[in-house]
Amino acid sequence: MKRDDTMSKHVRNLLLAVLTLLPAAVMAGPSGQALSFTCAGCHGTDGSSVGPSMPAIAGMDPEVFVDAMKDYRLDKRNPSIMNRIAKAYSDEQFKEMAWFFASQRLHLQPQVTDAALAKRGAELHQKHCEKCHEEGGRPGDAGTLAGQWMPYLQYTMQDFLSGKRDWPRKMKRKVDAAIEDDGADAVSALIHYYGSQH
Amino acid sequence: MTNIDRRAFIRGAAGIAALGVSAGFPALVLGAARRVVVVGGGVGGATAAKYLRKLDDTISVTLIERKPSYTSCFMSNEVLSGERTLQSLTFGYDGLRRHGIEVVQDTAVGIDPLQKIVQTAGGGKFQYDACVVSPGIGFKWEAIGGYTEEVAATTVPHAWNAGPQTELLRRQIEAMPEGGRVIISAPPNPFKCPPGPYERASQIAMYCKHHKPRAKIIILDPKDAFSKQGLYLEGWRKLYGYGTDNSMIEWISAAGGGKIEEIDPETLTVQAEIEEFQGDVVNIIPPQKAGAIAFAADLVEGDWCPVDKRTFESTRHKGIYVLGDASSAAKMPKSAYAANSQAKVCAAAIVNRFRGLEPGDPTFVNTCYSVVGEDFGISVAAVYGLNSHTNTIEPIPNSGGVSPANASAEIRKREVSYAHSWFKNVISDMLE
Ligand SMILES: Cc1cc2nc3c(=O)[nH]c(=O)nc-3n(C[C@H](O)[C@H](O)[C@H](O)COP(=O)(O)OP(=O)(O)OC[C@H]3O[C@@H](n4cnc5c(N)ncnc54)[C@H](O)[C@@H]3O)c2cc1C
Ligand code: HEC
Ligand code: HEC
Repeated sequence: MKRDDTMSKHVRNLLLAVLTLLPAAVMAGPSGQALSFTCAGCHGTDGSSVGPSMPAIAGMDPEVFVDAMKDYRLDKRNPSIMNRIAKAYSDEQFKEMAWFFASQRLHLQPQVTDAALAKRGAELHQKHCEKCHEEGGRPGDAGTLAGQWMPYLQYTMQDFLSGKRDWPRKMKRKVDAAIEDDGADAVSALIHYYGSQH
Repeated sequence: MTNIDRRAFIRGAAGIAALGVSAGFPALVLGAARRVVVVGGGVGGATAAKYLRKLDDTISVTLIERKPSYTSCFMSNEVLSGERTLQSLTFGYDGLRRHGIEVVQDTAVGIDPLQKIVQTAGGGKFQYDACVVSPGIGFKWEAIGGYTEEVAATTVPHAWNAGPQTELLRRQIEAMPEGGRVIISAPPNPFKCPPGPYERASQIAMYCKHHKPRAKIIILDPKDAFSKQGLYLEGWRKLYGYGTDNSMIEWISAAGGGKIEEIDPETLTVQAEIEEFQGDVVNIIPPQKAGAIAFAADLVEGDWCPVDKRTFESTRHKGIYVLGDASSAAKMPKSAYAANSQAKVCAAAIVNRFRGLEPGDPTFVNTCYSVVGEDFGISVAAVYGLNSHTNTIEPIPNSGGVSPANASAEIRKREVSYAHSWFKNVISDMLE
């Protein structure tokens, strides 16, 4: 949680700085807050999903957020529903929402995990993933893995491995290497590790 | 991303417009604490109460709800298949109390728009600066001969407000003989949860497929089309033999004589336009209108409450806002997600009003999942904006829509999992 807190504090300070420069009401179309409030019925209040499968988006890195929304708008990432939703917004609105969610604190909930698998997952993560998914996969510029809802991570890994979602640069090699180490269990070990963090 | 990148990222309008209603003084700075009285602790009312406090915790919020806890209609069709219990759909109001909301268990019986007072059956008088009304639906009992509140409570449940009737209907289906026949009479538009009757037929079929494989479910409909129709038919074909002689589900449209006129509760016989239908279990979902308090408070034109769609303020009485199923919010359907979305627009508008600010431009979302059968979930999604010239809420062009036809089995399965997660997040967003 530590990094998470400091990051949102940092973001909050920036927000405050912007706030003090503002006239009382600057309105051009719905505000970023109004746009973001509409997502809560699926992603949880302020983006902290209470599970068990809808991904949390609170605290999400704003650039990863915008990239994800742009991909959905193009029907990429094998979405079940986000493509239909993302098509309603402009790039500017994506940014406004990105900023809103980046400044929200991520509240994580405990999930049921297998301790032995999670332990092995931690080792695999350190070896293959930590370089990009820093601090055990806490929110950062490669997205959020730590504490993310496990079924969502499961779907995501399945999509990468089946070619339904494009690999981030240089990630495939590392996932392949993890699977080489531990066979089919590797992915589920990693997911149990991420799920065990809260 | 480095700090410098982050700064670059928000430079320009992005960071500014993200602020919404928080860019003002709390209401308290501008005078005495403002009071909002919310009538109805369902999706619209509970969400409005929570978001009012979230946006400005100097506002005092009182929620008047006649029941001690909320039992959600959404997901209540899963009680009929035995997938879940009514208990799993029932939630208390302590979460709202933790937000500093005063929750009063009582029934509102009148609203005086001049004195700005809500009166309750228990004799309470609640003074307000703004009043939010989200009472849900009422039924047009006069529409179907022989159908009364008493018949609904004892022999022919509507089960369209989740509660004892949902459990009664479940028991009747369980007790029905193998090869039995369930009749569902669907209501005319507009009504609460447009895909609901068809989801209900699906959930009953899901149970019967395992426990009474020769059962028949007949939907009598006063309409010639229904919500997510193509996807339901795809699911029914795949799972329940729809379109064959052995189909478990049969849909009789208006053109086919599906509109019903009368029910004989003794013999469980329904008189439809062309023929009579006799069932082992009969479920009548009557035509609907706004809940009683909306009529008592003179908020209704026709069957529903007209509102200014920028704020959800009644166009009949200033200072009273009507949300959810009771409002006429075309083109949004009467659904939980819609009520939740409207409530946030309304809460922000009230907070802005207290601060002497104009309401912002509204944005709305509706989504609704249906579980058609095992591993077969479908959804509809829409994002809306306001057309202020016509005062209509219109879908943003080229967005939204239903799940694709013939999606992969994997995606259909994910939509079941997301349906259940949708439920948890909606409940948590309104009550926790
Ligand atoms: C079978 C079924 C399935 C559904 N499935 C879905 C779904 O999958 N997705 C979806 O989005 N929607 C679904 N819905 C629709 C959803 O339940 C409603 O649209 C939603 O509840 C509307 O919210 P509301 O605030 O308008 O009313 P409600 O949630 O009905 O709340 C009204 C509240 O007001 C209280 N009340 C009424 N009058 C008074 C009074 N005078 N004084 C005090 N309290 C009062 C009532 O007790 C109640 O608690 C479904 C509905 C049904 C029947
Ligand atoms: C109907 C439910 C629903 C609504 C409403 C919804 N989402 Fe999603 N969202 C999902 C689902 C489900 C996924 C997983 C991808 C998929 O299957 O479409 C997802 C994925 C995402 C992701 C990717 C998360 C990650 O970790 O990469 C982002 C970002 C996102 N949504 C943003 C939003 C925003 C912003 C809104 C509001 C404008 C929104 N969503 C509204 C259901 C929803
Ligand atoms: C070279 C850097 C890199 C490495 C190494 C890497 N990843 Fe990633 N990963 C990324 C980036 C960047 C993203 C976000 C890209 C995007 O959203 O498309 C990402 C996204 C993901 C996602 C999707 C998150 C979401 O919200 O949808 C998962 C799951 C994931 N990585 C798992 C792993 C695992 C497990 C490993 C180790 C076996 C790993 N990654 C190694 C760069 C990397």
